[in-house]
Order: sequence, then C-alpha cells, then structure tokens
Amino acid sequence: MYYIGIDIGSTCAKYAVLNEKKELIRKHVQPTGWSSVETAESIRTQLAESGIPWEEVRSVATGYGRVSVPFADKTVTEITCHGRGAVWLHNSENMTVIDIGGQDTKVICIEDGMVKDFVMNDKCSAGTGRFLEVMANTMALTPSELCELARDGGNTKISSMCTVFAESEVISLIGRGEKKENIAYAVVESIADKVASQSSRMSMNSGLVCLTGGLCECDYLREVLCDKLKRDVVTQPDDRYAGAIGAALMATGIRR
Amino acid sequence: MANYREMWEQLGMDLENHDNLCAVLPTAFGDVYLSQENRPESMDFWDMVVADIHGIRPAELIEEQKKGRKVFGTFCVYVPDEVVIAADGIVTGLCGGSQFWVPDGEAVLPKSTCPLIKASVGARLGKTCPFFRIADMYVGETTCDGKKKAWEILGKDVPMYVMDMPQMKRAKDVTKWMEEVEDFAAVVEKTTGKTITPEKLAESIHIINEKRKALARVYETRKADVIPISGKDALLMMQIAFFDDPERCAQMANRLADELEQRVKDGVSVFPAGTKRILVTGTPMAIPNWKLHHIIETSGGAVVCEETCTGTRYFENLVDETGTTLEEQYRAIAERYMGIHCACFTPNTERVDDILRLAKEYKVDGVIDVNLKFCCLYDTEGYVVEKALKEAGIPVLGIETDYTDADAEQLRTRIEAFIEMLG
Repeated sequence: MYYIGIDIGSTCAKYAVLNEKKELIRKHVQPTGWSSVETAESIRTQLAESGIPWEEVRSVATGYGRVSVPFADKTVTEITCHGRGAVWLHNSENMTVIDIGGQDTKVICIEDGMVKDFVMNDKCSAGTGRFLEVMANTMALTPSELCELARDGGNTKISSMCTVFAESEVISLIGRGEKKENIAYAVVESIADKVASQSSRMSMNSGLVCLTGGLCECDYLREVLCDKLKRDVVTQPDDRYAGAIGAALMATGIRR
Repeated sequence: MANYREMWEQLGMDLENHDNLCAVLPTAFGDVYLSQENRPESMDFWDMVVADIHGIRPAELIEEQKKGRKVFGTFCVYVPDEVVIAADGIVTGLCGGSQFWVPDGEAVLPKSTCPLIKASVGARLGKTCPFFRIADMYVGETTCDGKKKAWEILGKDVPMYVMDMPQMKRAKDVTKWMEEVEDFAAVVEKTTGKTITPEKLAESIHIINEKRKALARVYETRKADVIPISGKDALLMMQIAFFDDPERCAQMANRLADELEQRVKDGVSVFPAGTKRILVTGTPMAIPNWKLHHIIETSGGAVVCEETCTGTRYFENLVDETGTTLEEQYRAIAERYMGIHCACFTPNTERVDDILRLAKEYKVDGVIDVNLKFCCLYDTEGYVVEKALKEAGIPVLGIETDYTDADAEQLRTRIEAFIEMLG
C-alpha cells in the first residue's frame, strides 16, 4: 500500500508518498499556477508514471485547493496536516508549529501528538508568504534573495501591516534612496513581528518550536523569529513538505 | 412576488434596486436551506414567510395601520414589546442582515461601523426594505456608540425615540431602566392614542411570556443526544420571531416543538451520529445572515445552541406575571430585561456564566465565539469568554467576520480545522 498526501497551497503544490512502513519514498514541489484542478491532475499523472499502482493508493488532499483534488479519498485541513507532519518530522509529541504559507500563517499548538489549539490570520495577508513575495517583486528580488539580503541590513522600519500599504511604504523607501538591504531587513522584521504577535494570542507549551511551510528555507527569518519569540526555532529541509507528509499520514488511517 | 409591487411603490421604495435584492434571495435560501435533508415538516411555515418576506407580513402591517394601529420598529432585545402591545401597537424588528444594504449605509456612516448598523441604516436610506418604510416610529437604544450616533442620522429621516440603556447592573441601574420603560410607555401611549392599563399590560406580558416559552421549548429539544433540527432552521425561526405577530409566533414554535419532541422520542436526527455539537456565542445574526451557521453545518459540525440576541438572549427568563399595578409590572419588566447579559454592560461576568451553563446543558463539543467586524464590545469581551472556556476545558474558536463572502473559504478552513481538532 502507498499513502499519498497532496497539499495544494496558494503558491506551491506539494506531494509526499509513504510506503507500507511509513517511510518517505517520494516528495515533490511545483508551482500551483492558476488552476488547482490542472495542478492536481498533473500530480496524478506524475504519480502514475512513477509506477505506483493506483489501486494500492490511499490519498488525502489538504491545503486551500484541497477540494480541487477529485481523486483523493478524503480532505483534511492544512492545520491538522501540518501538525501531524511536524510531529512525524521532528519526532516530538509536544510542540508549537509555525507554518508560514503563501496566504495564511498558522501557529499550531500540539499536545500528545494532537492539535490542541491554533491561531490563523484571517483574510489579511500580513505576515504571510504573499507579503514577502509582493515586497520581493517590488524590489526586483526573489523571496529567498530578499531574506538573505536582510541579514546585512538594519535601522529601517515598515510600520504598515497591510500588504498594500506596506508596498507603498517600500516604494517610498526606494524613492528616498534607502539601501536595499535595509528595506529587506524591514520587510523580514515586519513578518516576524506579525507572527510573534499572532503567537502571543495562544499559550505556547514548553516543547519544540518548529517552522514549516514555504518560508522554512529562509534561515535568516528563522533567526529573527528565535529572537522575537525568545525561543529556539528549529527547521529542517523537509519541513516545507510537512502538510503533504501529514496528509499522507492521515491517509494511513483510511479504510475502504 | 409581483402582486406586492403596488404596495412597495406606495411605500416609496426604490423598486429597481429592490428587484436586485429579490432576485438573489431565493437562490441564497435554496442553497442554504432547501438543500438540507430531512428538515422538520413544520418548517414549511418559515419557508413560506421567507419566500414572501417583503410581501406577506408587510401587507398585514399595512392592513392594521389602516385600522389605526401604529407600528414600532425596534433594533434590540432590550426594547420591551410588552409596553407597545399593551397600547395596541405592533412591534417589528428592523435589523439588517445583508451585505446588500451595507453600501447605502456606508454612504453616511464610517466604514469602520459594524455591518449590522450599516445595513440597518442602508435599508432605510436606500428605500429597499418595506419594514423600514412601514414603521411609524423607530425605537433605538444606547447599547453601543455606533448605534447612538446612527440614531441621530436616522432621526432626520423618520420619527425616532431612543431609550437610554444603563451600562452597569446595580440596583439603581435597574430602577433607572424601569424609569426608561415608563417614559417609553408614555411615548407609546401618545403615539397610539391608547392608555396602558394594568389589565392590558398583564395581558401583553402574558402574550410575550408565552412566545418566550414556545421558543424555549424548541431549544429544549436541541439538548437531546439526537439533533432533531439543524442550527440553520432554529436560527431562521428566531430571526422571523422578531417580525411576526407574537401569538402566531408562539403557535408556530409550539407546533414545531411538538414535532421535534416526537423526533427526539423516535431518535430522528438531522445529522449523522458523531457530528460535533457546537455552541455559537456572540453578536446577533439578523435575517438573512446565515453565513456562519451554513459554514459550520457543511464542515462536519451542528449548531445546537446560540448564545446571541437571535438565540437564548431573546427568550430566556420570563417577566413576573403576578404584578397588579403598573408600577409593579414596569418593575417586573425592567428586572427581566436587565437579566439579559449583553457585552454592553460592565462588568458582565453573568454572560460567561451563561455560556458555561449552556455549553453543559447542550452537551457541546466546542464553542465558536463570533463577533461582527468593528463590534468593539463583543470583540473585547471575546478575550474573557475564550479564557473562561479554555480554563473549563472547552475548546473554543474566536471568529470576526462581516456580511461579505470574501472570507468564507478562510473561515471554512479554520472551522474545519477546529472540528477536526475536536476529534
């Protein structure tokens, strides 16, 4: 039997395949593009071509495009999946998961391996991957370039939390000749501040704090978060697949 | 609905714009309500009312006005219906629950006003709701700053009387509210030309108490292990209760309660076993605001109780019927209404007690505390509510939303995740 988790996020679509022994045997990330349905179909084709026999598959779809995966056996929200995936990846039953996704940021409290509580931003995109992406575009950088550049900056602040207003602020900073690294620094600070304020709405337990989702590869952001939360924030390369892995783990519970 | 056009025209309504509203409502109602399975048969009454929501009841009200009766439009569960009915007046609710009316409200109000106030003002000024045209007098109250100032704007367009709500619940505040009720009674008498006698007031107190008891009977059946009625249907009954004749409301609610009690005996549930039982707390949901209930009930949850003004706050506690003088009766009315625990009071610990009690009585798995965007009072009190629930070991999800559908998918994710969390 193969257990497949498909995470259709707002920016990237990920999938993860577990075998009978719950070992991660395949993972993949691709841009979601404009059509979740087509993305889901392309994932199905890839999986079929990789030689996985479809009759031996149990699958769960998650992410904001979870309803666009008609072949999945079940849908589960990304909050539950990120929680499950992080527990598996970090082998820890009590922890806090910070998932900075394309359009949402969630802080998830895990106790005894289960989601105990969570906070999630509403429709506002402050403190999300989208915020970083918009600012990076304005500065003609990729999001990861912006993050690394930020390390060399300082002494600049963006006060608007709203992405639209913050973008105008960035444009005026560019206009007045502020150094690129300083603007990048201000952008990362703004995201970390928003995430920290979201975390303060929830009582975090004393366990591990881990960063999952697309921004987990931005090491500087992780460092700033450590500083703001006064906690050691850990991450590992597979953490961007936490949602997909969690979904695959949920699929192991499906009985037909 | 065509046969009501003449009536709407005589009411001075903006027919063209009103047609836009009439065009979307049946689809919305069909999607949200008629798609449900195994609904109680007695819901046919409310389905009929909604199908002609701007026709049947407005026509009745106009008929009564022709006989010389006066219609009082109210916006809050603190305004005592008993007083109006004792003077042969009629009460109709006027709260706006649709985004349709919000832009007309935003023409005169700050955008950062709660959608309920914006929609209510917009429904009047945009001339797109017959109830807002029919009412001879509006009765406001000072339950929040947004409303207080909105009354001043509405008062330029329609006769407006405002009751001054105390902000605390001390004995002297109850006495003050009693005086407010007496002042209101004098205004009602002047408007209707009828005198309120102890006999008439005793009769109207009884009528409204019977209505409360009937609504409470329906709620009582929702405490059962099987869930005989969806939260959406119960909400609809409550929403219409604000507009209907109180005796017919009681009769219909009792008829529904009979059916639901039988369903409980027969073990009939409208949800599969294991559906998570949710208590919704917070701000009122004026018709046709069915947004949150619909998301919850299509995400694996069932709403079994509402601790809102369109829920328990409307019918819990009765007015003492033993008073024989007007003074005793006004005192009894003031005491009953001051027992409603709205976030406009400070301190308001009784509301938290109510929520904890309801969570237990209705055997809920979790609580969703919702506040309309820009409602400072419920938003702030939400912190205390959530803290108390967490301390009691009851999972809670706080939500802030408005009448638009813009956040529907994000809300669905949060609500689904919350229900998954309940196990």
